[in-house]
This record gives sequence, structure tokens and C-alpha cells, in this order.
Amino acid sequence: MNTNTAVTAGLGLKPQHYEAASTCRAPSLWFEIHPENYMVAGGPRLAWLESIRTAHPLSLHGVALSLAAAAAPDEEHLRRLATLVRRFEPLLISEHLAWSQWSGAYRPDLLPVPRTKEALLQVAANVDRTQEVLQRRIAIENPSHYLAFESHDYGEVDFLAELARRTGCALLLDVNNVYVSANNLGYNAAEVVDSVPSDLVAEIHLAGHSTDAAVETLLIDSHDAPVAPAVWALYERLIERIGPRPTLVERDAEVPSFDELLRERAQAHAILQPLREAA
Amino acid sequence: MTPLPLSEYQSAFAQALNAANPLTVAPELAALVQQPGFAVYRNTVLKGCIDALQANYPAVARLVGDEWFRAAAAEFVRGNPPERPMLIEYGEEFAGFLAVFEPAAAMSYLAGVAALDRFWAEAHTAADAAVLDAETLAALTPERTREVTLIPHPAARWRWFADQPVYTIWSRNRGDGDPAADLEWCGEGALLTRPHAAVRWTSASAAGVAFLDSCAAGHSIERAVIAALGADPKADLASLVHQLLSVSAFTALAPSTSTESVS
Repeated sequence: MNTNTAVTAGLGLKPQHYEAASTCRAPSLWFEIHPENYMVAGGPRLAWLESIRTAHPLSLHGVALSLAAAAAPDEEHLRRLATLVRRFEPLLISEHLAWSQWSGAYRPDLLPVPRTKEALLQVAANVDRTQEVLQRRIAIENPSHYLAFESHDYGEVDFLAELARRTGCALLLDVNNVYVSANNLGYNAAEVVDSVPSDLVAEIHLAGHSTDAAVETLLIDSHDAPVAPAVWALYERLIERIGPRPTLVERDAEVPSFDELLRERAQAHAILQPLREAA
Repeated sequence: MTPLPLSEYQSAFAQALNAANPLTVAPELAALVQQPGFAVYRNTVLKGCIDALQANYPAVARLVGDEWFRAAAAEFVRGNPPERPMLIEYGEEFAGFLAVFEPAAAMSYLAGVAALDRFWAEAHTAADAAVLDAETLAALTPERTREVTLIPHPAARWRWFADQPVYTIWSRNRGDGDPAADLEWCGEGALLTRPHAAVRWTSASAAGVAFLDSCAAGHSIERAVIAALGADPKADLASLVHQLLSVSAFTALAPSTSTESVS
């Protein structure tokens, strides 16, 4: 476990909440950002982040490093990421087991990868390169799944655990993604959550999901609603087993007021708190 | 079945995301494409690109309405997918696309409006820099105006629209005044700046735009004045320069990089 991390709950930072976030004094609150939104030369985005950083720790959660592509991560992108890491000294840095950049085009999504032996070698090399450039340990997140692959050689948890063993990276366990994927692909979410090696989990994500507009059996990782009760239950089950971990509440669409997000964040905080005191 | 090499899988998957016709999908991908979940990726990628474009072109979107904008954007995205993940930069070619987009033919000002939306995004993310003050300029001797130039602020963007009130149309659709109010159908210029946090905008005269163009080319202040007068012989240069300084159009003085003499 990443011991230098404040083991509390944080919030995804939205531009409409910059002012509220910079003046908020909720104890041990931290914010997570997508670094891609701050890879700019200057201007108010970076200025707000500087201001918020003086009061709250940050976590950088990348969506575009494309670590599961059959290519090394883009060196220019890594350089921009390293610049943000140096400037904002985040407590946590994370990315996804997914790809988005390929053949000169970027797709704004977390595309799935067959978890083959070849993919493991490629992703491990890409994580190694990233950690080498950043000089930091990163955590890798399980994305949501919508497709069944016949070509997987590994289960998701086994793949991530082996990746961590080879590279020294940590895991970012998105409990909502486990729930959504288990529903979509027909497996048991609790079994997956129970199988995650405790010592590898550096961060946890919680978010809301929705039902697909076209196919009612599919759940979409839409981040447009409060965390569902079933996901809270999985989260409590996980925390009970592995102990408190930094936990992010995400909302990226239908974003409510900052106060409402703070209340949802307090719910996660309340689950972590007794265990923090006992620890 | 032996799995596809990762690179081949990705090329086939990327192609299947774009394929309008499922028959063109590589056979190795068929088992994935026929699952209902494949459409989730297809929809998410397209929606993400269109959302980014709509966020970057709010005045265009407001002018043409949501439905028209998203249909046009979908067509643009097919030919111009994002190359890089910084989506605030996405859509550099959108103004050029609209200029030749058949359904936009009746809105000949639309490409200009898109160009100003683009200027806003560039100004919003441009490097921070000091603002040149009027005192520094006032202290210059006439000789020095032949040797130095005014460096435009990195956030400053400007353009002259010769035939259409593009600036007024754009600014009314960015929250200044009534978009439905009457327009005086004549040429006008636009100047966007960002001295501190917020992007600001103002109309610019033909002389002002010529002055800025000349400064940006590294010409001396004296030559920039001549360029401004070339655009409008009746221009009041003192008030023009005062106006440009008051909206923070320049960052510093520097030796002129153009050696061409004025005669």
C-alpha cells in the first residue's frame, strides 16, 4: 500500500466548482483531475489548480496514456505529464488498463484489450516506461467492460496482479466498474472484489452508472448519477477486508452542486473513518 | 483460435469503430462487433468527439441549434478524428470544414464565427505573460519607434472580416447582447485578449488589425503605423494604439526583426 497517501475520501474536480473547491476547508479533502485537461501553456485552468493545490492535495488520473496499445506511450505526452507531476506534486498518479491512441488518432474512450500474454508484456513495458519517466509509482485502474473476449489468457484481477508484480505498479480498483462489468458480462462482482490482493490497492473509485438507452441489460459507466446502493455495499465489503484506502467519488455528467458532491464524499469518508481510527 | 497480434487487433477494432457498414469489419472482429456492447464503444467515441467540438464552438452551436450542430459535427468527426488527447485543442479544421459544408452555404458568416470560437479557446489556454503598459511606450523617442516593435501578447488573437459583421454575430452569441437584434451588414474586425484569467474581446478597426499584423511580423512601430494608415488613411493612430494597450494586446517591446527600411 502507498503509505504516504492520506487515507481519506476525495472528489473529482470540475471546472464549475473551481471557486468552491479553492475555498472549501473540509478536513483531509483531496481532488482528482484528468491531467489531459491541464496540458496547456497557461491561463486560468492552471491558475485555479495552483490555488486549489495550496489547500488540498491532488491526484492525477490520466485517461489518454493508452498503456494497453501495442506501442510505447507517446513521449511527448509523458513529458507533459511529468511537467504536471513536478509542478503539482500529486499524492497519487493513475491510469487505465485500456487504449485510446492508435495510428495517429485519439479516441475519447477506454477501449478494451484482450488480456493475452503478449498484452501483458506490452502493458508491463509501457508501465515501466511511465514510472521511469515520472520517477513515481502509478496505479492502474480496471475499466468498465461491455464485450466478452474469447482470447483472454488471464482474468482481470490476475492480469493486474501480475502487472503489479512485474512493474511494481499499484492497483486503482474502481468498484463501480467491477459492478457494471459483472452485470454486463455475467459474473459475480463480490467474488471479483474479494479476489483483489489487499496490498496492491492504492486507491478506490466510486461513481454512478446508468442503463443503456438501447439495450436494457447493459449498464453504462456513465458517472452521471450518485453511487448506487449496490456499489456502496461492495465498497463496504472491500474496505472491511482490506482496510481504509484513498477513495474518490466521481461525477462527470449531470454534475450537481459542490455541496451535494461533498455530501456524497462524506458518505465514503464515514465508511473509512472508523477503520482509520482503529488502525 | 490463435489470438490476433495486439497491433492487428487494435487496427481492426479502430476500423470497426468507424465502419458504418458491419460487412466491412475484419472477420476476426466479428465476434466482438456482433455483441450489443460494441455499440457502447462506438457511441462513446463519437459522442466524446462531438461533445468536445460543441464545447469548443459554443457560438456556432448557439447559432445553428443543437441538432444541426451535432449532425454537422458527426460529419466533421468522421473526416477529422482527434489526433491528440487534449480535446480543448480539438477541431482546428472546423472553420475550414464549415466554409465548404454544403448545408452551411446560406450562412456564409459561420466559418468566421467558428474562427472566433477557436480564437477564444487559444486565448484561454495561451501562455501567461506580462502586459505592456502605456508608460513604457510613451517613453520611446521617435528614433526608437524605427528600431523596436511591439510583441503581441501570447493570448492576443485578431482578424479582419472584410464583408460581414462576424464579430458582432459572434459576440452576441457568446452572451453580449441580443442575437436577434438588427445587424449593420459591413466589415469589422475582432480582437481577443487574456491579460489575466478571463478572455476579453472587442471590435477592431481595419487599421488596428493591420497594425497588429505588422507588429506580429516583427516590423518596427513606425512600419506598423504605415501599415495601419495603408488600411485606413483616416485612422487616428494615437487613439488606436491607446485602445490596443488598454485591452492588453501587447506583452513587451523588442528590437524590430525586420530590416527592410521605410521610404
